[in-house]
Amino acid sequence: MLSFMGFLQKEFYHIFRDRRTAVILFGMPLIQLLLFGFAIRNEIQDVKLGVYDKSRDAVTRAIISKFASSGYFILSREVRSEKEIEDAFSTGSITEALVFEPDFARRLQRDGRAEVQVITDGSNPNLSRIVSGYTAAVLQDFRNSSVQGSGMEAGVVAVPLMLFNPELKSVDLFVPGLMALILMLVSALMTSISITREKESGTMEVLLVSSLRPAGIIIGKVVPYFLLSFINVLTIIAVAALVFGVPCRGSLLLLLLESLLFIVTALSLGIFISSVTSSQQVAMMIALAGLLLPTILLSGFIFPVASMPLPLRMISNIIPAKWYLIIVRGIMLKGAGFSYIWKETLVLVAMSTILIVASIKKFKIRLQ
Amino acid sequence: MSIAKRAVQLSALSKRFGAVEALQEMTLSVDEGELFGFIGADGAGKTTLLRILATLLLPGGGKAEVSGLDVVDSYRNIRRRIGYMPGRFSLYQDLTVEENLRFFATIFGTTISENYELIRDIYIQLEPFKNRRAGKLSGGMKQKLALCCALVHRPELLLLDEPTTGVDAISRAEFWQMLGRLKEQGITTLVSTPYMDEAALCDRIAFMQEGRLLAVETPSAITTLFRRPLFAIRARQTWQLITWLRSTTEAHSVYAFGRAVHYTAKCPGQTPDELLEALQRQGFTEVEVMRITPGIEDTFMALMESKTGEPDG
Repeated sequence: MLSFMGFLQKEFYHIFRDRRTAVILFGMPLIQLLLFGFAIRNEIQDVKLGVYDKSRDAVTRAIISKFASSGYFILSREVRSEKEIEDAFSTGSITEALVFEPDFARRLQRDGRAEVQVITDGSNPNLSRIVSGYTAAVLQDFRNSSVQGSGMEAGVVAVPLMLFNPELKSVDLFVPGLMALILMLVSALMTSISITREKESGTMEVLLVSSLRPAGIIIGKVVPYFLLSFINVLTIIAVAALVFGVPCRGSLLLLLLESLLFIVTALSLGIFISSVTSSQQVAMMIALAGLLLPTILLSGFIFPVASMPLPLRMISNIIPAKWYLIIVRGIMLKGAGFSYIWKETLVLVAMSTILIVASIKKFKIRLQ
Repeated sequence: MSIAKRAVQLSALSKRFGAVEALQEMTLSVDEGELFGFIGADGAGKTTLLRILATLLLPGGGKAEVSGLDVVDSYRNIRRRIGYMPGRFSLYQDLTVEENLRFFATIFGTTISENYELIRDIYIQLEPFKNRRAGKLSGGMKQKLALCCALVHRPELLLLDEPTTGVDAISRAEFWQMLGRLKEQGITTLVSTPYMDEAALCDRIAFMQEGRLLAVETPSAITTLFRRPLFAIRARQTWQLITWLRSTTEAHSVYAFGRAVHYTAKCPGQTPDELLEALQRQGFTEVEVMRITPGIEDTFMALMESKTGEPDG
């Protein structure tokens, strides 16, 4: 036990003395979270709205104030002509313009419909799509909420636009994916590098000729990263909640336990990688190309698994992050309990077991 | 009457890596308490042999035992009894001197203070730098630290793979003084080295070449294997001297030793005076010829040349 503690202490020295390791371990998770989080929030928060109100009546004012209070739009300026709209777009002083047709309220009352033109900047299709999505949502909100018995507001017509999908483009979606990514990075990449570093520097030779057992060496290597990964999970959840207001609708305890399970899976992947290679370079290549890229691209983090072609869908099944993502999204966003995610949990348990058994079998008690 | 116990016993030990025969049918025994040296050039098989004894490599054929324990079956038991210092510096460069030592003590379930007696002489020299990272030590200091780390659990058998390669002359001398002191403590030491001058400091030495033992003897006895008369020749023109001697039909071996040339003739009847005369006739100046007793290196060279393990002559 004492020798094990000595080993742990040594591992922590390695981690804290190597600036690169420390940065990857602690800086990366925060930087990534903030980058992902803020990059997305900027897009959807500060939509500069120009309004060309040809009607100036109670209904248009109500709609405009709805936009202003939505939290996504800033009422940037009032516009007095079509020409002015074009100028405002080209100088970048607005991102979207609303044009209310003349006699808006009266038309609404008389014909049961009135049109508002939604103009977005087509030169930035992504932004344009998101912005028109929000506009549609705000208008929909207006139609639903301000019905005052008359049913008249239902006649406000906007150009039909792409559906607003908060699940696809909000920070809520990125937090689970980011957790998977960071845990993969810290656990799998860092352990495999730290074990192969001992092989490369020749210190593994000395460790083998000590009375340490292989299991002792592996556990000693893994425990520090296990602890640090768990701290990362806590950090991400806290930052997500405090800075971005991402909710955890389900049980926090369940979320933490599932995260621990995923850390174990990632660590066993790291150990496995280091047992099949003996150079840091190769281990890093395998971890980056074989783990990080699939985690980003195939797990459903960025591209929905359901929309992938069949071969990729099949590959995505062997990616631990896919299952972890389902679990985390279930718990955090949908408030799912264990009964909804036991299958995914079982997949992770099975993966970890297979990897651990394989690595112990492959661990060499000698040099060749 | 007590018979010295065997610390190491090799019987027809072989090992091959692909097409390369790293060790060929080596049979050898080392007694407890011996300071035993393996001398040979790179690729002679020294590292392979030490790794097999450290249980890091499996023998290809034959048997190897440490303290009567088989290196294959009892590897775990052996690992507790040996201290091993690989040829490459294998400590943690990002840990300080003291941390390295403490780490190796704890993984063997001991402490520095428990075996401080054993390493004191060496550690005293390291103590001023104990808070320095191991990676920032000089070559000699690194090797002393590595020796401390290999010794800190008081092993019965110490395996040192070229511990003085790349180390300055003074540090080398100090290192060997320490090995001498360890011998007094009863620790068996197997050390490999490419340096002939270190061979003389061992109790017994084994000459190795291409995985074979050329000879196993005490340093003083091994030179008796050299039977031809040996001459040390000096002249002003050393380089031309070597070239000319090699071109003569009478020459058997010609080697440069510092500023002198060690020379043996094919027919043993040649006298120093005859040689001197011949050289002066060739126009060499300041010529000196002396009959000398062969050293370890001369013997090694001669044995390498003949390859049979018995120098002809």
